[in-house]
Amino acid sequence: MTFTTHTGNRGLVIEEQLIFEQGQAGRTGVDLPEPQGTKSRLGGLDRDSNVGLPGLSEPQVVRHFTRLSQKNYGIDAGFFPLGSCTMKHNPRLNEKVARLPGLSDLHPMQPESTVQGALKLIDECAHWLLVLTGMPAVSMSPAAGAQGELCGMMAIRAALDARGENRRRVLVPESAHGTNPATAAACGFSVDSIPATEDGRVDLAAFEAKLGDDVAGIMLTNPNTCGLFERDVRKIADLVHEAGGYFYCDGANFNAIVGRVRPADLGIDAMHINLHKTFSTPHGGGGPGSGPVVFSDALAPFAPIPYVVKKGDGFHLVETADEDDGMQPFGRLKGFHGQMGMFIRALTYMKSHGADGLRQASGDAVLNANYLLARLKDKLSVAFPGYCMHEALFDDSFLKDTGVSTLDLAKAIIDEGFHPMTMYFPLVVHGALLIEPTETETKESIDQFCDAILSLVAKAESGDAEFFKNAPYLTPRRRLDETAAARKPVLRWKPETA
Amino acid sequence: MRYLPLTRADRAAMLETIGASSVDELYHDVPDGALLDAPVDLPAHLGEMQVERDMAALAGENMGASSVPSFLGAGAYRHHVPATVDYVIQRGEFLTAYTPYQPEIAQGTLQYLFEFQTQVASITGMDVANASMWDGATSCAEAVLMACRATRRKKAVLSGGLHPHYREVTETYCQYSDTEVAGRDGHPEHQATAEELNDLIDDQTACVVVQYPDVFGRIQDHTQLAELCHAKGALLVVVFTEAVAFGAIKSPGSFGADIVCGEGQSIGNALNYGGPYVGLFATTQKLVRQMPGRLCGETVDQDGKRGFVLTLSTREQHIRREKATSNICTNSGLCSLAFTVHMSLLGEDGYRRLATLNHENACKAADAIDAVDGVSVLNDSFFNEFTVKLSKPAAEVVETLVAKGVLGGVPLSRLYPNRSDLDNYLLVAVTETNTDEDIAALASALKEALA
Amino acid sequence: MAKKFSQEHEWIEFEGGVATVGITDYAQQSLGDIVYVELPDVGKKLTKDGDAAVVESVKAASDVYAPLDGEIVEINEELDANPALVNEAPETEGWFFKMSLSDESQLDELMDEAAYKEFVEGL
Repeated sequence: MTFTTHTGNRGLVIEEQLIFEQGQAGRTGVDLPEPQGTKSRLGGLDRDSNVGLPGLSEPQVVRHFTRLSQKNYGIDAGFFPLGSCTMKHNPRLNEKVARLPGLSDLHPMQPESTVQGALKLIDECAHWLLVLTGMPAVSMSPAAGAQGELCGMMAIRAALDARGENRRRVLVPESAHGTNPATAAACGFSVDSIPATEDGRVDLAAFEAKLGDDVAGIMLTNPNTCGLFERDVRKIADLVHEAGGYFYCDGANFNAIVGRVRPADLGIDAMHINLHKTFSTPHGGGGPGSGPVVFSDALAPFAPIPYVVKKGDGFHLVETADEDDGMQPFGRLKGFHGQMGMFIRALTYMKSHGADGLRQASGDAVLNANYLLARLKDKLSVAFPGYCMHEALFDDSFLKDTGVSTLDLAKAIIDEGFHPMTMYFPLVVHGALLIEPTETETKESIDQFCDAILSLVAKAESGDAEFFKNAPYLTPRRRLDETAAARKPVLRWKPETA
Repeated sequence: MRYLPLTRADRAAMLETIGASSVDELYHDVPDGALLDAPVDLPAHLGEMQVERDMAALAGENMGASSVPSFLGAGAYRHHVPATVDYVIQRGEFLTAYTPYQPEIAQGTLQYLFEFQTQVASITGMDVANASMWDGATSCAEAVLMACRATRRKKAVLSGGLHPHYREVTETYCQYSDTEVAGRDGHPEHQATAEELNDLIDDQTACVVVQYPDVFGRIQDHTQLAELCHAKGALLVVVFTEAVAFGAIKSPGSFGADIVCGEGQSIGNALNYGGPYVGLFATTQKLVRQMPGRLCGETVDQDGKRGFVLTLSTREQHIRREKATSNICTNSGLCSLAFTVHMSLLGEDGYRRLATLNHENACKAADAIDAVDGVSVLNDSFFNEFTVKLSKPAAEVVETLVAKGVLGGVPLSRLYPNRSDLDNYLLVAVTETNTDEDIAALASALKEALA
Repeated sequence: MAKKFSQEHEWIEFEGGVATVGITDYAQQSLGDIVYVELPDVGKKLTKDGDAAVVESVKAASDVYAPLDGEIVEINEELDANPALVNEAPETEGWFFKMSLSDESQLDELMDEAAYKEFVEGL
């Protein structure tokens, strides 16, 4: 039964105005002491106009954000198979530990003698990453995966400069994530695309043909963005090294191999690790992330400041480029020392799993993805043959002649109570659907998802394209007009002008 | 393992459906010898109780800034965070959501980002703001790169009052893009004037970057500098490290700044030993399309109801690839939510009162320690942080203070390790969290340390 | 002079020493709803096949290359406020820029309408 309500609310789905539309002058959600009226010493620049912030009481604020939260889909609510994003369970223990006094309330500029536990924690987190990757060095400071890439590529640039070589071409597979070419460009490199083979891997012959004495290196994601292990990875490493270049590995998909394959054994020179993917720090609606980078001996001297070293019985934070003779840091990537709050959560997660549990986690992630692949492969069109790693990739040829697009199918999946898969990425596959179940899902939830997809595919095949074109129907908002948003951008609230 | 639900029976049934004999078979593409057959050399899994005990032990080896009188600033500030903030950001619908790629089921995230953008634009006095950057230092670097794009020039002039970490990050970001970074480190006893900075502007200068209040705590009017920049076709970038300040002082937008960016940690976010923090980034309407980072915009849905989406994404790496405005992908989502919730609680009255209390406490502390022999406060103007000159090296004094249970400030030698001329200077920050007893403890500890 | 066309789906109309350039109806259809057009500054020197403008839809940004050598003399300011013009009237009011030519003989290398039509059908 459908009808409109007086309020526009629909039961638990409550319409919520912007805070700016709810404020009343004189209301506040904090009780602060009365100022004493001290004469200001603000250099004559005392604020003389209103900021324009609304006044709300604490209960109004709580209700506002609670209502907003009810319009969001999170892992806590259900299955979230967003490929290449690794939406796995976020343990609450990690949150609790990150808030312990003595961790959350440390100021980054405290004297070293007062933060020995914090430095030890960074060192221990680094140690786990080094053992798991088999690499000799790690830089903990990058703020996110994309900055980890920048860190790795800047180290390569610095190493080339130290060798006095003017190599400026970086080879990037066409299936790469957009951050790869964007990062290479930010380091002053030109980007040269490598085509993929029929089975979704780097075309080795094409790659070899592109090598030359102007090649700085390769940026290769492994397992790659198609969810496949690059079986020629060692050959690629050898060839790029023979040509005088470096091997940057995008470690976004390290979660598929953690505890089972050490990237060091594949010949890499640098790799970032997205702590929010492999080690389950919360995605938080788009960050904060953290992207530590492991380095080979060849690149380690160029790692940025700051970094933690053992010194006597304690730990020392190296914060200046010329403190350490053997090192030639390329610079500094962010303020202070890195995403400490994320190191705490990641270390808590690693200790909870242990070496045995991390190995089980990657195995279960790959098992879940292959199970999903096996259940869907007859009805959906598999992009590449064979087993996948942690995510299964399909193209949209199974929707051919139905009038239903990948986007339409994804929107219908929303009505079924799931978060859709990643769509239209990687770009090398037409109408791509990239599905990553992760290791924290049960077989039952994967089965339910597969059954729902199969029923939708049957519906699409039965010729009900109109149904899909208008999906979703049951969400707080229906499809949004992105064209209008981009043509006349409204990026902030403004008071109505009389 | 408590997070992994598959049972032995599940695994067997699933392998059968797949048609594989073992999980190892699924890894058959891994080169010979690279597939490990046993766990790596790290401890085995632990129960929740043991892990918490281990981590608490590490926490116990630190002196938390909230457990003692603390006067540390220099880009990170201890403020009271209302309990509501932490409650909201731990709701699973926010904590465990992803970047809002499916706007129909992400209106919660999108609406708070729209509110966040409006709050940031309001406090900075600018037209628009983005959905956040990684931190203040990276925001500064991105602002310089943006100014270069917008002006098609290749030089940035950094004022000596800029936080050294912000300078270093900017230099790092610029070093491989043929962008020249000019201007030297500053001095607490000399403040560059608009004319001095003007002399460094040439026809290749994309922007001048100043910090307000500056790293030594001083507050300077940059209206004239904005005019000088604009006369030469350069942009004025105003950086800040203390977002509470704009509750008490004029906004950078009122000077005619083109880009305003900085650190938002002070509002809603704990110190966290330096991260994660939240970069704020605001600009004029004219420069919107040159902005880095994600942007949330208002639109309507199919039924004509107001809704929000990520917009202008053609600037970003996933579409423009090597031609993107930045390689940034995620923002500081949850930290920007903390900012939004705290700012919503404060409102106009709370925000301005909070700023006033910070300033009053700082005035009180400045008077108290200026009266100590061997201490002189240098600032004529300041918000909640100022520089003092000591009769002894500041790093040693700070260590002495630690022994007395006081975190007494940041020695400039920590920020400028290669500047021996700055050894005796100490940066002192005072917030609403500091009590009269804290201030008395600092003054008496300094007195003993300098005696 | 009759309209000429490039393989990059631009149309060129040369009159009174100035060439008006825009994107073809085929191009706007494949791009979908246009949300923004980034035009070059007046006075910018263009090299044939070099970057001249960028046209953006919600999900894509496409470079528009200079079809000829020359210099920008005027841009269509209207597109800033109303990029939808490119969809509505691509080959008339939705023009991008006008340029002077350094070598008019380059016009001969472009296709005429019939040839372009055939070219598009072959895609």
